[in-house]
Amino acid sequence: MTNKNQYTVGKEPFYQAQGDEVKLYEAAYAARLPVMVKGPTGCGKSRFIEYMAWKLNKPLITVACNEDMTASDLVGRYLLDANGTRWLDGPLTTAARIGAICYLDEVVEARQDTTVVIHPLTDHRRTLPLDKKGELIEAHPDFQLVISYNPGYQNLMKDLKQSTKQRFTAFEFDYPDAALESAILAKETGLDAAVCDKLVQIGQAARNLKGHGLDEGISTRLLVYAATLIRNGVDAKAACRMALVRPITDDADIRDTLDHAIDASFA
Amino acid sequence: MTDVVAERTEEAARYWEQLGCRFSQVNAVFDECIKEAQALLSKAGLAAYIENARIIGKMGRGAEPLLVYLEEAPSVASIVGEHALITLREFSEYMSTHTNFKAIVPFLQTSGAIARRLHDDKMFRRYIEIVRDMMDRTSGSIHGHHTTFASPGLPDLLKQSPKLLSVLSLQGFQNWIEYGIKYYNNHPERQEEYFRLESADAIAVMQRERHGTLLVDNERKLDAYIRALWNDSDYLIPYSVAFASLRKAMPYYTDDGIRLPDVYDDLNGVSGIDRYRAALAHMAAHRRWSQQMIVDNWSPFQRASVEVFEDSRVEYLACQKYPGLRKLFLALHPVPREEDLQLEEQGISVFRLRLAMLSRAILDPDYAYQNEHVREFVRRFHELMATGASTSAAMASIALAFIARTRGQRDLSAQMYFDNTEVDYRDDNRHLWIYIEESDEDEMFEHLDKRQSTEAELHALPPRHYDEWDYNAQNYRPDWVSVYEALHPRGNPAMIDALLTKHAKLTKRLKAMLELLKPQDKVRIRYQEEGSELDLDVAIRSLIDYKSGSSPDPRINMSHRTDGRSFAITLLLDLSQSLGEKAAGSNQTILELSQEAVSLLAWSVQQVGDSFAIGGFHSNTRHDVRYYHLKGFKEPWGDEVKSRLAAMQAGYSTRMGAAVRHAGHYLKTQQADKKLLLILTDGQPSDVDTKDDNLLIADARQAVKELDQDGIYSYCINLDPKADEYVADIFGKQYTVIDNVARLPEQLPQLFISLTK
Repeated sequence: MTNKNQYTVGKEPFYQAQGDEVKLYEAAYAARLPVMVKGPTGCGKSRFIEYMAWKLNKPLITVACNEDMTASDLVGRYLLDANGTRWLDGPLTTAARIGAICYLDEVVEARQDTTVVIHPLTDHRRTLPLDKKGELIEAHPDFQLVISYNPGYQNLMKDLKQSTKQRFTAFEFDYPDAALESAILAKETGLDAAVCDKLVQIGQAARNLKGHGLDEGISTRLLVYAATLIRNGVDAKAACRMALVRPITDDADIRDTLDHAIDASFA
Repeated sequence: MTDVVAERTEEAARYWEQLGCRFSQVNAVFDECIKEAQALLSKAGLAAYIENARIIGKMGRGAEPLLVYLEEAPSVASIVGEHALITLREFSEYMSTHTNFKAIVPFLQTSGAIARRLHDDKMFRRYIEIVRDMMDRTSGSIHGHHTTFASPGLPDLLKQSPKLLSVLSLQGFQNWIEYGIKYYNNHPERQEEYFRLESADAIAVMQRERHGTLLVDNERKLDAYIRALWNDSDYLIPYSVAFASLRKAMPYYTDDGIRLPDVYDDLNGVSGIDRYRAALAHMAAHRRWSQQMIVDNWSPFQRASVEVFEDSRVEYLACQKYPGLRKLFLALHPVPREEDLQLEEQGISVFRLRLAMLSRAILDPDYAYQNEHVREFVRRFHELMATGASTSAAMASIALAFIARTRGQRDLSAQMYFDNTEVDYRDDNRHLWIYIEESDEDEMFEHLDKRQSTEAELHALPPRHYDEWDYNAQNYRPDWVSVYEALHPRGNPAMIDALLTKHAKLTKRLKAMLELLKPQDKVRIRYQEEGSELDLDVAIRSLIDYKSGSSPDPRINMSHRTDGRSFAITLLLDLSQSLGEKAAGSNQTILELSQEAVSLLAWSVQQVGDSFAIGGFHSNTRHDVRYYHLKGFKEPWGDEVKSRLAAMQAGYSTRMGAAVRHAGHYLKTQQADKKLLLILTDGQPSDVDTKDDNLLIADARQAVKELDQDGIYSYCINLDPKADEYVADIFGKQYTVIDNVARLPEQLPQLFISLTK
C-alpha cells in the first residue's frame, strides 16, 4: 500500500483569504463535490488548495498537467519487470484508493480526451474503471477531485469540454486588492510595508496593460519574488527589473514603460 | 548726406574711401556697420571686410547686396572665422554670374542666423556647398552649357534655411533638398512651393529627417505609459512645433484627445521620451485630481495664479504616488532668478517671475530664495496638502490670496518678464475653466472640422497613409498613398450558390483532397524506446522474444503527436477595369470566372477551417486607393459574404503596393503559425497618375519584401498571359501564371491545397 503520509501537508501554508472561499470550500468538501478553481497565473490557486488540504487534514496529490500527458499517466500503466509485467497505479488511482484530494493543476494543458477519464470519479458513481487491468475502483470516502485552470490564455484548442466543466463547482480567483496584496507580501517575506506598497503599485501598472501588449499582468507570485530579493539585500530597482519586468515581456516598448514605472515608484 | 560725412571719424572716412561706393543708402548706415565690425573683427579682418564689400558693391546688382553684406558679414565672421568674409563674397559673386542674383540678398540675410545655428567653420562651408549644389542642379540650361534660367526654388530655400536647420541636421537638410530637386526639378511652381515649405510632402520629408524624439515613433510606448501608470487612456494627437513661431504651443487635452508636440529634443539631460512622459504625467494628474471652476469673474492674473497653484497641487499629488517623477519635473522646471525681482523698479512686470518662483519652491525643497511672500504661500500650500483632502477650489482661494498680497504697481506694465518662467511640460489648463457666458477667447475652431465630415460617404473612415517606394531615389516617399477602406456593397447571394452548384462535380473532387488537409489531431508514433504508453502488441512480442532467449526489441512504447494546422490567409483581388474583359477562349468575363474561383476557394478554406479573409482593391490615383472588405477573418462563409462577392465590379486601376501593405497590415495582427497572402490579378501594377510603370512594379516588389520581413508569405496568381515580363520581378518565384483563364475556378483551390499541404 502506498505511504499515505508522504502526501499530507505538514506545516500550515500561509494563505490570506480574500472572501469566504475557505468556508465555501469546506462545504463543498463536506458533500465531496468536485471543485474547480479559475484565475490568472500566480494569484494563489495552488496555495489555496494546499491550505485547504492542511486545514481538512487530508493528503494532497498534485498533478501538473501537460500536453503530452495521457490517460495512463493519470490512471496507471503496466510496466515490465523480471517476472513479466507489473501494474503501477497512476496518481489519480492512488488518490482514489487512499482517500486524498487529487489536484490537477492547469488541467486545460492536458488534451481533452485525457481529461475524460476523470468523469466517472466526478459524478454520483465515484468509481474509476481500470479497463486495462480489468478492475473497478470504488473511490475512498475522503477522496475529492480538484482542478485548476487559467482562463486568461484560453483559446479554442485549450478549453474544457462542457461535459467536463459541468461536473464541478467553481471558485473564481483574481489578484487581491492593493491593501490586501501588500499585506500578503509583508507577511510572506517580512518586507517593510512601504516598499510592499510600491511593489503592488508596479504590479497594478502592469495589470493595466493586460490586453494592451501584455497577455497577463504581474502576478502576486512575481511580486513575492521581488520582495524576497529586496529582503535579501538586492537593490529595489534591480530586483523589480529582474523579478517583475524581464520575465513577463520581450516587447521593448512595454519593457521601457514598466522600467519607467519602477523608476517613478522608487525615487 | 554731407552732415553724415562731417561726423565721420577719420578712420571710418578712410574705409569709406576704400569702399569706393556711391550708394546713399549705404552711406547712411556705414558708420553703424563699421562700429560693429570694429568690435567684432581683427585689424586684418576689417581690411578684408572692406575689400570684399567693395567687390560686392561693384557687382552691378544694386545697393541691397552690399547693404546686407555690411550688416551681416561681421557677425558671421565672428562666429565661424574671418575667412567667411571671403566665402560670403565669393558665393555671392558665383550666384551673380550664374543668373541667380535674386538669391544673393536672402543668402546674405540668413547667413548670420545660419552661422549662429551651425557654429562651426566646416559646417558653414558644407552648408554653402549644399546650396551651391542645389543651385547648379536647379538652374535651367539651354543646349546644355549656358546657365540661363535662375533656380526657381533657391531664394525660397535660402529664406527657409534657418528654420530648416533649427530642426534638421545638416545631413537632413541635404536630404530634404535632394528630395525637392529630384521630384520638382521640371516643375518651377511646385519647386517653389516645396522650397517655401508649403507643400505637404515638403513638410512630410522634413518630419522624416528631423532630429529628436518623434511622437509617432513612440505612440505605443506612451500609450502603454498612460495606461500602466495612470489607468487612463486617450488619443495622443501630435501638433507641429516647427511652424508656430509667434506663440509657442503648449500641450493640452480636450474631449477628443491629448495633444502633444510632434517632437521633443533632449533637454537638461532628460531624454525626449521622458519629456513626453512628464507632460503626460502632468496631464494625467490633472485628469485625475482637478475639478473645473467657474471663472467668468477672474482677471487674467488671477487665472494665471490659480493655474500655477493647481499645477503644483496635481504635481504634488503625482509625486506622492510616484516619487520618481519629482526628479523628472525638477530637471524640466526652470530655475527662476530671484534677483530679477528688482527689475520691477525699472517698470518691468515681474508677476510671472513671482509665480514661477513659487512653483519652483513648491516643487524643489532645496530652492534657495528669500522672498517672504513666496515663503509664506509655499507654507500655506504645504499646510493645505498635509490635511490630505485638497480640492481645486481650496487651492484657488489660496491662489487668489497670493495675487491680492503680492500685486504690484508694475504688474500691468506692457514689459513682461519672461525669462525662466515657462514650464513647457505643463499643459495650458483649458480644461480647468468653465465660462458661463459665451466667451470670444474660446477655442471654437476645434469643432469646425466636424461639420465637414458628412460630405464624403465612401470616405467614412479616415484614410490610412502608406509610403511608396521610389526605385529612382532608393527611398520611400512618405505617406504617399491614401487607402480608403469600406465594406463591399451587397448583391444577391443566390448567384454565388448557383455558381457553386455549377461546379458540383469539382467540389466533390476537391472535398476528397481537402479531407487530407484537415488537421489529424492525434498521430500515433509507434516503436519508441520511451513513450507515453505501452504498445501492448509490441511489448508482448518483445516479452516472448525475451523469454525464448533471443534479444527483445526495446522499442515497446508508443507516443502521440498532435498534428495542428495554423494558417491565416488573405486573398487580395484586383478589381481593376481590365477584369471586365472577356477571357480569351471563353464567353465569360474574367470577373465572372474570378467570382467562381473565389467562391470555390472560400468554400474550400471553410472546409479546412483556416482563418481566411478576402479583400478587393482598385485605385484612382495615389489619393484614392480603395480597399473593400469582402470577408473578414472571423466571418463564416455564408450569405453575407456571398452577397458581397456577387456584387463585385470592375473599375479603375491597379496600385498594388499600397493594397498589399494594407492587406499585410491586417494579416500581421492575426495569430497563426503561417500567414499567406494570395494576390489574384490580371495585369501589371499601374495607375493613371504614374507614367513610369516600373515605379509601381518596384513599389509592389518592395511591399512584398516588407511582408516577407513580417513573416507573411505572398503568392501571386496572375491571369495575364504576358505576365512573365514583370511578375517575377515582383514576386520572385512565388507566382503562377494561369494562361487558360477558363480553368481558374478549378485551379485556384488546387493551388491553395498544394501551397498549404
